[in-house]
Amino acid sequence: MRDEDTLSRRKFLTFVAAAGAAAALRPSRAAARPEAAAARPGPLLTRPIPSTGEKLPLVGLGSWITFNVGDDPAGRDSCAEVMRAFFAAGGRLIDSSPMYGSSQEVIGYGLRKLGNPSQLFSSDKVWISSGTRGPQQIEESRRHWGVPRFDLLEVHNLTGWEEHLPNLFAMKAAGKLRYVGVTTSEGRRHPEVEKIMRSQPIDFVQVSYNVLDRDVEERILPLARERRIGVICNRPFRRGELIRQVERAPLPPWAGEIDCASWAQVLLKFIVSHPAVVCAIPATTRVDHVRENVGASSGRMPDEAMRRRIAAHVEKL
Amino acid sequence: MSEWWTYHLSDFLLFSSRTYYRLFEIYNAAIWPAQIAAAGLGLAILALLRRPSAARGRAIAAILAACWLWVAIAFHADRYATINWAAVYFAWAFGLEAALLIGFGVVRIGPTFEPRADRASRAGLAIFLFALAAEPFATPLLGRGWKAVEIVGTAPDPTAIGTLGLLLIARGRGRGWLMVLPATWCAVSGFTLLAMKSSAAWIPPLAALLAIVLAASQTRARRRRRPSLATGATV
Repeated sequence: MRDEDTLSRRKFLTFVAAAGAAAALRPSRAAARPEAAAARPGPLLTRPIPSTGEKLPLVGLGSWITFNVGDDPAGRDSCAEVMRAFFAAGGRLIDSSPMYGSSQEVIGYGLRKLGNPSQLFSSDKVWISSGTRGPQQIEESRRHWGVPRFDLLEVHNLTGWEEHLPNLFAMKAAGKLRYVGVTTSEGRRHPEVEKIMRSQPIDFVQVSYNVLDRDVEERILPLARERRIGVICNRPFRRGELIRQVERAPLPPWAGEIDCASWAQVLLKFIVSHPAVVCAIPATTRVDHVRENVGASSGRMPDEAMRRRIAAHVEKL
Repeated sequence: MSEWWTYHLSDFLLFSSRTYYRLFEIYNAAIWPAQIAAAGLGLAILALLRRPSAARGRAIAAILAACWLWVAIAFHADRYATINWAAVYFAWAFGLEAALLIGFGVVRIGPTFEPRADRASRAGLAIFLFALAAEPFATPLLGRGWKAVEIVGTAPDPTAIGTLGLLLIARGRGRGWLMVLPATWCAVSGFTLLAMKSSAAWIPPLAALLAIVLAASQTRARRRRRPSLATGATV
């Protein structure tokens, strides 16, 4: 990133155009303009899954709380529309868990309604302490989704991982599963996650990572690169709290330098610009937000200096 | 990442507040016109309180048991469990309260419901009337519309609060045990509503706290009035 004093004419004009666009757009997440996401500056960026090279778009779709709508027909249809917009924008990875109430069934409802889009990358979890009951839970989850097999299964919050991982590896060897991983949302379990990353041939690790919660930068993310493990990031917006915090301030002009038209895109680009991260999984109930989120998968990504700038700026808010 | 003790209450919430209130809308539509019958049962309890007797006390306990059983099955097991895996346990707890009401209040000579002039009795009646007549208005007043209204006998919060009010009026064996589950539910509901940042989050826990404090005070007062075994004098 060039110093402002030595901007080229091209860069200056780009900056002015982006700054003008950013100024014209309300920075509020609640009033996100679909045009901001639709006017994507360039193709959707992907990152390879380290173990296979398969490419995934940088932004996926989480389903914690947002898809837990029970039997509400209006709620289910609304979630299906979010999925429709997600796939239309180029998204692939949808993440869920048996812990998320009815989210798995609602995802299955949406997939059926959309004709089972082939680009789906299904990511779910096993969440039961008993290893012997794991396969039964996995099969129930698969039926809820209506998929022939999951692309990725992770041990949710490391619950019973010693018993579940061998079973998941066996499923992978038998072709019933493509990738295996573990998840945690608790910093106190990072040492255990590291131990698993060093000793088990997992393909993915899912952790909480965002511009304020950066503990994983110290050890987990570098270890993931070293061990060629893909990182999926949950809680990119701290369940919306981060968005609400930052939106009190106007979007800074330098957001245009990384082709961001909203705070949500800035926050997501911070995460997905880390080289260890394969995908972030923000959850949303809104079509305009899902387009905006996937829109963060394109355009210029922040370099290390810009990442520090983003972090410093947000910390001050 | 924050350590677990820095988690917010909302981190333990499995659903959005919109989904929670939609649940009540759909539930109310599905059970209509059971709400009218439930309101009728509430009025019947008021009528039974006017001339207390052992038989009328049993009738009140039976009505309450029916309400708790209905909420256990029709609400917790059938509806709430679709968005909250813990609702299965709530269903069992509400079923247990129904069984306790039958056991203490109908089968055995347990609590009798006799409104008296003391503070606890009056407060108990007020709490029951609040659950029956005022709490249904809380939902529309808080902007959630009439479709999501919560009524004694069909929804857990007013059923628990109303039961606590009636138990303050009651005298006799088992009253304390019968208060445990309603008070516990009021705490659970309070935390749930607080996690959803509802402005009504204080109602269930306050009702429970009031009931417990008044019941304890009532019990202490009764023990002081009991004649001493040694001297025959009132202690």
